[in-house]
Amino acid sequence: MEELQQILDQALQQFSAISDEAELEQVKARYLGKDGSLTGLLKGLGKLSAEERPAAGARINQVKQSIESALQQRRDALQQNKLSKKLAAESLDVTLPGRGMGTGGLHPVTRTLERIEQLFHSLGFATATGPEIERDFYNFTALNIPENHPARAMHDTFYIDHQHVLRTHTSPVQVRYMENHKPPLKIISSGRVYRVDSDATHSPMFHQVEGLWVDEEISFANLKGVVQDFLQRFFERDDLKVRFRPSFFPFTEPSAEMDMSWNGGWLEIGGCGMVHPNVLKHVNIDSEKYLGFAFGLGVERLAMLRYGVNDLRQFYESDLRFLKQFN
Amino acid sequence: MKFSENWLRTWVNPALSSEELAHMLTMAGLEVEGLEVVAPAFNNVVVGEVLEVVRHPNADRLNVCQVNVGEASPLTIVCGAANVAVGVKVPCARIGAVLPPSNDNEKAFVIKQARVRNVESFGMLCSDKELGLAEESQGLWLLPADAPVGKTLREYLELDDKLFTLKLTPNRSDCSSLGGVAREVAALTGCALKSIDIQAQPVTLSEQLPVKVVDAHGCPLYCGRLVRGVNAAATTPAWMLRRLERSGLRSISAVVDITNYVMLEMGQPLHAFDVAKLSGGITVRKARKGELLTLLNEQKVVLDEEVLVIADDARVLALAGIMGGQGSGVETNTRDVFFESAFFHPDAIVGKARRFGLATDSSFRFERGVDFAATRLALERATQLLLEICGGKTGAISEVCGDLPRRTAIALRRSRVARVLGIALDKKQIVDLFTRLQFDFTANGDDYRVTPPSFRFDLSIEADLIEELARLHGYDNIPALAPQAAMTMLPYSESQRPLARIQQILVSRDYQEIVSYAFVEEQVERELCGNKNPVALQNPIASNLAVMRSSLIGGLIGALRFNQNRKQARVRLFEVGACFAKANHEYVQSQRLSGLAYGETQTEQWGVVAKAVDFYDVKADVEALFAPQVLRFVVASHPALHPGRSAQIYCGEQMVGWIGELHPHWQQQYDMTLSCVWFEVELSALIQAKVPRMSEIAKFLPVRRDLAVVVDEAVTVQALLDAMQQASAPHVVEIALFDLYRGKGVEHGKKSLAFRVLLQDTHKTLTDLEIEPNIMQLVDVLQKRGAQLRM
Repeated sequence: MEELQQILDQALQQFSAISDEAELEQVKARYLGKDGSLTGLLKGLGKLSAEERPAAGARINQVKQSIESALQQRRDALQQNKLSKKLAAESLDVTLPGRGMGTGGLHPVTRTLERIEQLFHSLGFATATGPEIERDFYNFTALNIPENHPARAMHDTFYIDHQHVLRTHTSPVQVRYMENHKPPLKIISSGRVYRVDSDATHSPMFHQVEGLWVDEEISFANLKGVVQDFLQRFFERDDLKVRFRPSFFPFTEPSAEMDMSWNGGWLEIGGCGMVHPNVLKHVNIDSEKYLGFAFGLGVERLAMLRYGVNDLRQFYESDLRFLKQFN
Repeated sequence: MKFSENWLRTWVNPALSSEELAHMLTMAGLEVEGLEVVAPAFNNVVVGEVLEVVRHPNADRLNVCQVNVGEASPLTIVCGAANVAVGVKVPCARIGAVLPPSNDNEKAFVIKQARVRNVESFGMLCSDKELGLAEESQGLWLLPADAPVGKTLREYLELDDKLFTLKLTPNRSDCSSLGGVAREVAALTGCALKSIDIQAQPVTLSEQLPVKVVDAHGCPLYCGRLVRGVNAAATTPAWMLRRLERSGLRSISAVVDITNYVMLEMGQPLHAFDVAKLSGGITVRKARKGELLTLLNEQKVVLDEEVLVIADDARVLALAGIMGGQGSGVETNTRDVFFESAFFHPDAIVGKARRFGLATDSSFRFERGVDFAATRLALERATQLLLEICGGKTGAISEVCGDLPRRTAIALRRSRVARVLGIALDKKQIVDLFTRLQFDFTANGDDYRVTPPSFRFDLSIEADLIEELARLHGYDNIPALAPQAAMTMLPYSESQRPLARIQQILVSRDYQEIVSYAFVEEQVERELCGNKNPVALQNPIASNLAVMRSSLIGGLIGALRFNQNRKQARVRLFEVGACFAKANHEYVQSQRLSGLAYGETQTEQWGVVAKAVDFYDVKADVEALFAPQVLRFVVASHPALHPGRSAQIYCGEQMVGWIGELHPHWQQQYDMTLSCVWFEVELSALIQAKVPRMSEIAKFLPVRRDLAVVVDEAVTVQALLDAMQQASAPHVVEIALFDLYRGKGVEHGKKSLAFRVLLQDTHKTLTDLEIEPNIMQLVDVLQKRGAQLRM
């Protein structure tokens, strides 16, 4: 029995000294292989008496199990060790920058327009579009601005020919839309508009967004409500105040200029009013039954205030150093 | 419309500060766009009279003056101005006076008793510059000889006054006079309105000039009056000059100043003719075609039947309601004057001034509407002032009156007011507002009939009255309310992709969006787009922005060059916008998306081999934009593009755009060292999308066979792919190019192409026996196109 204990001690000692998996398997054979010492002992059991045999067999098997278990432990340890080394060798400098394509960005005006459209969509406004080279009729006449009306001089119009202009506002889209749709109507329309004017605060091309809501019970108070709601949501400021000042647009009545509180003062942000009965008449909408409001907002103005842009002209210079700030 | 606040307050004087008054006007729709002081703050400056001037004993350029400031003894003041002289009256700043700083950064200047080279000085004689009233001045400000000695300058010159500038909307012509603004202020505040006392002037002359109105529609009312024996050289009184000046009008001569003054007071433009220069009577008529007139501003105009004129028996004298002519106006030697005060109908005047490039105070008022009830009164007022200032004998007024505009009663329903405004005004409020507005009205329950006054040309329908009520009630007093309406969802078509999603594809492929002007230089259209007939603007803002673009290429290249000049080596841009073309008599406007890429494919970074963008990089971007739709690229030449590296893009049967490398010629001209790849596609094609429809996934795995062939360079991949597709070999589900090789082993002028062919059957796994004939079929069509199978 001392022999058994010796074998076990020797095996455990040898296993723990081995650091190579193949060598471990070779050493294993010395004990558990065909000619291994433990195998030899098991074979020798036959020489024992029937009384001695079970106890001796049990002891040998016990040692055998101990050796197998030690072997497995050592195998696991060696494998674990190998993996650790491999992982250590494979480690990266995770601070190296990621590779590949960068991303670009949208123009601040597009960004602003998307924001405006999202807000109005949430109130159920649909989107409408119209041409930029517009018939004189839609840009002026149908909006209750007959030829020679002094209001035309307010528009500094670009002319293409005697019947066509570059639209001076997005309001003609109202007329085109109302020609083809029956009330109730609720649309916004955004896009480029043109005026013969160019300096730090005026661009010959800029963007407007036009809103129109025609329904049986839509009032000036509602116009104020919607515009105020929009501006507060757009600027994410519940304390933002909106002021309506009487003004004149031939296509709305009552008409108003919209001012917004900003840095302790008031800033003009657009024009609005109740759709003029003559405009509704042009598109065969019964102005007795239906009322409507319309408003027009300067998109660049909103973008400038929102993002702190101080020169309108920067929007059209395409300077990447400017544009990338809005990505 | 610019005026002096003091003048306004002689008519109506509410207990409001200047700022409050300005705010009130602005909130009533008469936007005050300017409010400025007449003079900066200074005090203790009086009118002084120089009694004695003695050379300073210790300084050549200084004088010691004795100045009378209305006290027992004169002040001794040392003065360095060259124009000081005995007897002149000048502003004298007394000890303790505070003068305005000489520029923005300095503090106010305090006058102290001072010793100037051993002579005590007890004040300072001033120039207008030193008082902040002029930018430059030459010595002392010499005041009129009748200036009252000792009176403070502020009082004497009414310097404690402010200038209001109104931005009048076209509907409010009734406020283009002091009287009109005063009337409005009275309506807004409820303050009493003082009116000027205008008396009919006694007729002291039996003569009258005959007046004939031929165009009664254009001129429904004409009043004229002869005044003989006038001293036209008389000096315009200082108070009148001051009011004119503070309204931005230059003094011309006493008679003309009077006409301008009455126009400012009452809003009625007047004209004065020199009777000696007239032949016969006055006729108001349409001009004859080809008649000529030289205007007061020396502009020569050719007239026609559209234009209303004032003529005598011999010639045209004036453009009615716009401007007088040369050779009939009043000059300082004029003795006899014919005053005209007329009502010209807005229809007859509107647009006419603009046609001749004119915009006068007179046309401004007439085209918007002048109070026809005050036409005669204005003439009496002008006569009254003329007699006071220039003397003379007056004839009776010749008046020709036709059909004046009718003021018909407008119905107003109180219920409608509530519906439009969203608030109910009670009867008392409505009556009060109408009364303050001087409207003539009758009430019948909740209904009103309102007859607008003669001075209002903007009131003809119920909505006009509602606006007036809202305006006077105050827009601020109308609440902001959320609308209440039936809720329905918006349609959301799945067969159209939102533009934002398309833009996002390019953004994620490192393109930056730009917005450029829709008008470009004509040369850009001609050279880069081959467009010889662009849509041109009649009135471009600049010659390089004269035509509408037919492609977005110009703006993109401009933006690329702008950024290259700012050391940006890698530029990838896109724009979405309308492009314009003429088609017969209409204009085609199509929304397009266009982009360009220049420089390396990726930003400089570690572990990536730098490579300049080429055709295929950008082609992949375009394909990504359209995916899952499959595009075809067809060789075609474009004026902007390299002829061997450009293609038209087809989506199905439709040509949807262009792609190509910029022509080396332009590349060189624009100082680009690398090639620039540009594309442009129709947005309408990009937006279309199919609603997906699932098809069964095959249960059996596909089999792959590769085909490598060698062909002439001239044979396009597309031609081979098309040929194989058309062969429609059974079971073939996909054919794609996966390799291209040129070089060793492949003859010069040829290329090796490798195609991947996937075959599949939905019901079983294909055997070699089944596959082989199909592959042979493909090989056959390839060989027919000159391809050699590569082993």
